[in-house]
Amino acid sequence: MTEPIVQYRDVYKSFGDVKVLKGINLDIHAGEKVAVIGPSGSGKTTIIRMLMTLEEPTSGDIIVSGENLWKMEKNGKEVRANEKHLRKVRGDIGMVFQHFNLFPHMTILENCMTAPIHVKKEDKHEVRERAIQMLERVGLGDKIDNYPSQLSGGQKQRVAMARAVVMRPKIMLFDEVTSALDPELVGEVLEVIRDLAQHEDMAMVLVTHEMDFALDIADKVLFLDEGVIAEQGSARDVIEHSQNERLQSFLSRFRA
Amino acid sequence: MEVIPQVAKGLQVTITVLLASALLAYLLAFVAGLSKLSNNVLIRKATGVYVEIFRGTSLIVQLFWLYYAIPMLFGIQLGTNWWIGVIAIGLNYGAYLSEVVRSSIVAVDKGQSEAATALNMSSFQRMRLIIFPQAVRMMLPEFGNYTILILKSTSLVSLIGLHDVLYYGDIIRSTNASATPIVYGVILVFYFILALPLIWMTRKGEAIAKKGAASS
Amino acid sequence: MNTTYWSWERFFEALPIVLDGLWMTIFLTFASFAFALIVGFIWTLLRRIPIKPFNWIVTWSMEFIRSTPPLVQLFFIFFALPVIPVIGITLSPVQSAILGLGLHYSTYISEIYRSGIDSVGKGQWEAAKALNFSTMDKWKKIILPQAIPPTVPMLGNYLIILFKEVPLVSTITVSEILLLANTYGSRNFAYLEPLTIVGIIFLVLSYASAFLIKRLELRLNKRFDKNALAKSS
Repeated sequence: MTEPIVQYRDVYKSFGDVKVLKGINLDIHAGEKVAVIGPSGSGKTTIIRMLMTLEEPTSGDIIVSGENLWKMEKNGKEVRANEKHLRKVRGDIGMVFQHFNLFPHMTILENCMTAPIHVKKEDKHEVRERAIQMLERVGLGDKIDNYPSQLSGGQKQRVAMARAVVMRPKIMLFDEVTSALDPELVGEVLEVIRDLAQHEDMAMVLVTHEMDFALDIADKVLFLDEGVIAEQGSARDVIEHSQNERLQSFLSRFRA
Repeated sequence: MEVIPQVAKGLQVTITVLLASALLAYLLAFVAGLSKLSNNVLIRKATGVYVEIFRGTSLIVQLFWLYYAIPMLFGIQLGTNWWIGVIAIGLNYGAYLSEVVRSSIVAVDKGQSEAATALNMSSFQRMRLIIFPQAVRMMLPEFGNYTILILKSTSLVSLIGLHDVLYYGDIIRSTNASATPIVYGVILVFYFILALPLIWMTRKGEAIAKKGAASS
Repeated sequence: MNTTYWSWERFFEALPIVLDGLWMTIFLTFASFAFALIVGFIWTLLRRIPIKPFNWIVTWSMEFIRSTPPLVQLFFIFFALPVIPVIGITLSPVQSAILGLGLHYSTYISEIYRSGIDSVGKGQWEAAKALNFSTMDKWKKIILPQAIPPTVPMLGNYLIILFKEVPLVSTITVSEILLLANTYGSRNFAYLEPLTIVGIIFLVLSYASAFLIKRLELRLNKRFDKNALAKSS
């Protein structure tokens, strides 16, 4: 395989006195679908939030396409990244949130168009075409002029995914995207993720509690426990052959 | 029934003072509200002093103080008392409204800023495209309420000799005491009519604020 | 107008004269606040009477009082009331001040009462009904104990706002600090120092009371933490 698109090297993260991540080493390759599972409070979300630059690691490095995300060179010395550097390196990363975080003052279509136009300075008409196409693909072609408040949770999350994909990221992060949804709306969101996983060549990192789904689409599964990656490998390896007791007890809770 | 046209002569002053001082107050509110969120300690502290002084004392005292002090301290005549009235009211309500601006910006849900970051916006774009438009929607009802307060406070300018509706009313009262109830009744109705569109706009603002922003 | 600038001599000469009016200012603050608390309560009761036209009249009367200038209302009470044929009554300046400021702020106070009542969760009303409480008991034992605590800091803030409105009554000849400052000013052709004194008095007192209200709020929050539970359940 080629050089990984993302590398975590010995990454630690504390919030105050609480050590959430204690030495994460992880490679993500282009196009790879990675599922991150583990008990709540194990630091799953923090892993992807650091990659999205929403949290700064306490120590360690995150390398994106060969560039150190949180550090940069200045006068031959390594210093903390400034905004310009962060923006340059995180440009290929997109994220979908648990609580959607759609922009309530914009229509669905505007939600999907604002970043390509203002951030990537792309042509308005071209972006519009692409955004409409993407919204049709997630089944919301008839809602483009609606505001987020007029949509169900499942529809909001599908818009959020369309908004992220329109930016053409090479890596997409999914932060427990079905956790805030009513159970009957989970299916439609998972369908969209499955569609993206099958037809887009971007890498995907899913933090999720939808165990069966994650194992189904993931090339690689990480089991995170008490701030370290306790187990990793193909879905089959991790589920069927792992000797890790905590993983087995964790999984058994989903197999009731 | 000459009371109405007599009093109506003051409408021009009442309305121009209302518009000008409201405009000045809004302007100061945004400048001071944003300064309060600045990273620069000096700017934050200086803004704090302005806000605290004007919120901690009475408008009528500020008005008199400026009326006597500006010509004396600066040796300049600001020209007309109209300006002194506008400046006093603008400074006073600018201080109150700056708190509205500041707290609305802070109240925009953190997820909004995170979503903007995930779309690789710069901090300026984040503010301009995402945070600020939502904060403004949240401010609308309070801006409406404060504009009604500004309208009411314009009656103070008669005390520094401006010829507003209350001034003309006082003149009628001093020449014809028996007309007093009608005079002040008419003036109250005038103010109420001026307030009606503001009341309506405030309610509209509440509706917009409710649906157009993600607040935490 | 006086051409000399700031004089500390005048400042200290004016200080005791202006301070003489402080008790009147404070008295009027509390008296008109008490009046506003009572009238605000009456507004709240009136608004709960479920007759449409009556409700409409009450609501718009409050809106009228709230959105017209207290200064004009004071003038109406002080200058116009006495000359109204038949019902005309003459009130002293102090009485007019209490009536005028109290009435104006009663409309705001009523709004606070209402928000307090609205803050009591629907479940609480239903529970009171389910337990077959009498109307009196329902209010006394269930609603008011929960509705009052959150209003206390809001009422406190209005006390401070009212305090800052009191100098308006200098215009109807009540001898509070602003009137005394203006009187000193016109006698000595020097307004800057006495008016500055008035400003300082307001700054000091409104911040001291804001501080006290914040402490009271903290203490209330601790004592009535249970309410938060009641609301969410």
